[in-house]
Amino acid sequence: MALTDIWFLLIAVLWTGYFVLDGFDFGVGMLLPFVGRTETGPSETNRRVAINTIGPVWDGNEVWLLVAGGATFAAFPEWYASLFSGFYLALLLILVALIIRGVAFEFRGKIDSDRWRRNWDVAIVVGSAVPALLWGVAFANIVQGVPLDARHEFTGSLLTLLNPYALLGGLATLSLFALHGAVFLALKTTGDVRARARGLAHRTGLAAILTGGSFLVWTFLAHDRIWTAAPMLVAALALVGAVLMIHRVREGWAFLLTAAAIVGVTVTLFGTLYPDVLPSSTSAANSLNTTNAASTPYTLTIMTWVAVVFTPIVLVYQSWTFWVFRRRIGAGDIPAASGLPVASGR
Amino acid sequence: MNLDLARWQFAIVTVYHFLFVPLTIGLSVLVAGMQTAWVRTDDDRYLRMTKFWGKLFLINFAMGVVTGIVQEFQFGMNWSDYSRFVGDIFGAPLAIEGLLAFFLESTFLGLWIFGWDRLPKRLHLACIWIASIGTMLSAYFILAANSWMQHPVGSVVNNARGRAELTDFGAVLTNSTAVGAFAHTITACFVTAGMFVLAISAWHLARGRHTAGHPSGPSTDTEVFRPSLRIALVTVLIASIGVVFTGDLQARLMTQQQPMKMAAAEALYDTTAPASFSLFTIGSLDGSKEVWSVRVPGVLSFMATGSFDGRVEGVNQIQAQEAATFGAGDYTPLIPMTYWTFRLMIGFGMLAGLISLVGLWLTRRRAVRQVPRWFYRAAFAGLFLPFAANSVGWVFTEMGRQPWSVYGVLRTADGVSPTVGAGTVLTSLIVFTLLYGALAVVDGVLMVRYAKAGPPPPTPVDPVTDEPRPLAVAY
Ligand code: HDD
Ligand code: HEM
Ligand code: HEM
Repeated sequence: MALTDIWFLLIAVLWTGYFVLDGFDFGVGMLLPFVGRTETGPSETNRRVAINTIGPVWDGNEVWLLVAGGATFAAFPEWYASLFSGFYLALLLILVALIIRGVAFEFRGKIDSDRWRRNWDVAIVVGSAVPALLWGVAFANIVQGVPLDARHEFTGSLLTLLNPYALLGGLATLSLFALHGAVFLALKTTGDVRARARGLAHRTGLAAILTGGSFLVWTFLAHDRIWTAAPMLVAALALVGAVLMIHRVREGWAFLLTAAAIVGVTVTLFGTLYPDVLPSSTSAANSLNTTNAASTPYTLTIMTWVAVVFTPIVLVYQSWTFWVFRRRIGAGDIPAASGLPVASGR
Repeated sequence: MNLDLARWQFAIVTVYHFLFVPLTIGLSVLVAGMQTAWVRTDDDRYLRMTKFWGKLFLINFAMGVVTGIVQEFQFGMNWSDYSRFVGDIFGAPLAIEGLLAFFLESTFLGLWIFGWDRLPKRLHLACIWIASIGTMLSAYFILAANSWMQHPVGSVVNNARGRAELTDFGAVLTNSTAVGAFAHTITACFVTAGMFVLAISAWHLARGRHTAGHPSGPSTDTEVFRPSLRIALVTVLIASIGVVFTGDLQARLMTQQQPMKMAAAEALYDTTAPASFSLFTIGSLDGSKEVWSVRVPGVLSFMATGSFDGRVEGVNQIQAQEAATFGAGDYTPLIPMTYWTFRLMIGFGMLAGLISLVGLWLTRRRAVRQVPRWFYRAAFAGLFLPFAANSVGWVFTEMGRQPWSVYGVLRTADGVSPTVGAGTVLTSLIVFTLLYGALAVVDGVLMVRYAKAGPPPPTPVDPVTDEPRPLAVAY
């Protein structure tokens, strides 16, 4: 296997890691208003239960994105350059979303006021839903190809990116991450939140099967890459299995299955893409592929060593974090609000 | 148009990111030190210190993280030709920074924040130290990337492919410029964190001085703020001496590697030996000549070469040389900008050092009450100094390199994204500026509120029970 292929694979792994991990953060964020309530209305305790399931890990999960971005820059500079300048406005929206989501987690509880918290809740919901949707739109466009000129510069506009296939891709990731988050919540909580999350898992599961399924079929028909039928089948079965497992109150299994579904989808997408990294829809000669987008073998060799040595270490300590915070939490675990009062008391 | 907007955007988001970065780096070490003191002595005061400064640290950290995400992607967004040209070299440290540093920081900080009741005491302490090491690693790799732009080593330009290619990664990582910039930046981070702790402690102690002995007055936390103040004073003093030494080292490297930047820093138009250092100058507005100045003899020569009568080359001579080497063009940065940013950086830093020196003297044995109030006021007012020095330091470093993006190799004008329209860049510039402005207000309000609120009350000793207890820390 050539070094460029190894790096294509590694970048696929990084995105997969990102979607599996930050995917459930997005799901939890999006579902906040639905799990964070009781019969009588919004429930602050339930919201805090939900947020605290991801509290210790969301930042580490997000770093998968940063490393995927950095690795693309290092291994395929042309890809990094064309992709991010081409998808400029979409990326801007994603960045704004990630910014408000990040500060919202940290700032939400800092002032003991309902209005303050409500506003940050909006930031969490929007900041989670927008990237969940747009990553799907972005990847669908990457697989489908975009107009590139002879210098591999993107020549379309934001509207080029908003085509039916890409929008379906967006809905697919949106519902997939919502399901993944619901299952994660069911796995990590007790009591009321858990019951609500399980209910939501059923509903989002149905949406994920519909949108994800049709997105995969469309992808298959458009590209006719026979072997990708295997990961697609895995994804489809995993989705159905996840809903079944939720039904049987086997939340651990359900979570593994939604994770497997996300892996199946990403493998399908990257598998369909290979050996291109950004196909050109105007002329095949303008496409970027693993060869013409790549760095020198020297750089790739160094990066390979770094990745081989350090990725396992990262995996070990990240897994350890999940182990440390493995306990389910419920309403009884939530301490009294510790934010400062609205008006300065002194 | 496009180029100017992209430059404005880069400058705004990067300087903004770097308001939070130095405080994160420096304060993580101070908080880790306080927690170490607590673990070793079991003295509740240190626990209260850890929690108080730790909370401010986390508010700041969150801002550092979210503004950093933008940094990672904007090279591709606004500077796509730059990215194509440098990716083979520049991408590697960036990717390694993520893999080695950001994972460490974020994961172990998560463990530290939420792990108070989940991890054994010493392991929990190790988490903040590891996170802190992560912040320093991140600084090293990103500075190595930036230093390659200042002084491109370990690479060749491949004209056929139209890009620079890596030939020696070791040379990029051990670039003298990177070592210098790292030492200088890290010491500046400690000045920053020290002044931060100093200013807030001073504010509290000044209030306490007012109400101490008043039975009805609110109790003050002298037991937390007095040791904090002393720690801060010592930190600032040592770090400001460090900043001067490392800055001097950098100035010498800069003279060899980017002579134009040194000449521009001093607005030295013609080659001179020995060269004097001007403290203050009035020049023509376009920076093309000097009208009046106050000068210290020999100092510039010393800064640039290490000897008081060394020869320092002037802007006009270097301009002619560079035009001969690189072809006709203007190789002179905006001189009033480099001149003043360089002076302000040094001046602000020296002032911080001075405050710490005076403070150590005034507080050497005395009770809080006997420290004159003007000192507390000065210490509080000094809060802006390191932040301003950091910002102007970067503006100097980056603008002094212009018109180059990678010195002698790639011009800034050739790095900008060719197909991204000016309207698009303007949109993102406006969005980021508004968003960052709003966040600055929120962050500022929270910082002030939490700084004023003071440390948590002394910890009651929890009776050991089997009853389920809520989480010690939760969002
Ligand atoms: C000298 C230090 C330094 C400098 C020059 C920069 N940064 Fe930074 N950055 C840090 C030091 C740092 C840090 C101390 O490691 C931060 C600050 C607060 C934090 O959370 O980590 C950080 C955060 C941070 C993050 C978020 C990490 C996370 O999620 O944990 C990213 C993606 C970047 N930075 C990227 C950049 C890029 C691409 C820069 C160059 C343009 C840059 N930073 C300049
Ligand atoms: C946080 C510290 C930094 C600050 C405050 C800073 C500041 C600036 C400023 C003010 C500019 C605009 C200069 C001008 O347009 O005249 C600039 C440009 C630039 N800097 Fe930095 N910079 C920092 C770190 C870095 C790092 C670490 C890198 C690379 C890893 C970098 C790469 C660039 C690039 C690519 C440009 C755009 C091209 C240019 O205008 O020169 N900067 N920076
Ligand atoms: C006598 C004192 C100082 C001297 C001689 C000095 C010297 C320098 C020089 C020569 C540079 C430019 C390096 C280059 O472009 O190659 C620089 C950059 C910088 N300085 Fe200073 N400096 C001093 C004080 C300070 C202080 C007090 C701070 C902040 C608290 C500070 C923060 C910075 C920063 C953040 C940069 C940009 C990053 C870098 O290139 O390292 N400096 N300094």
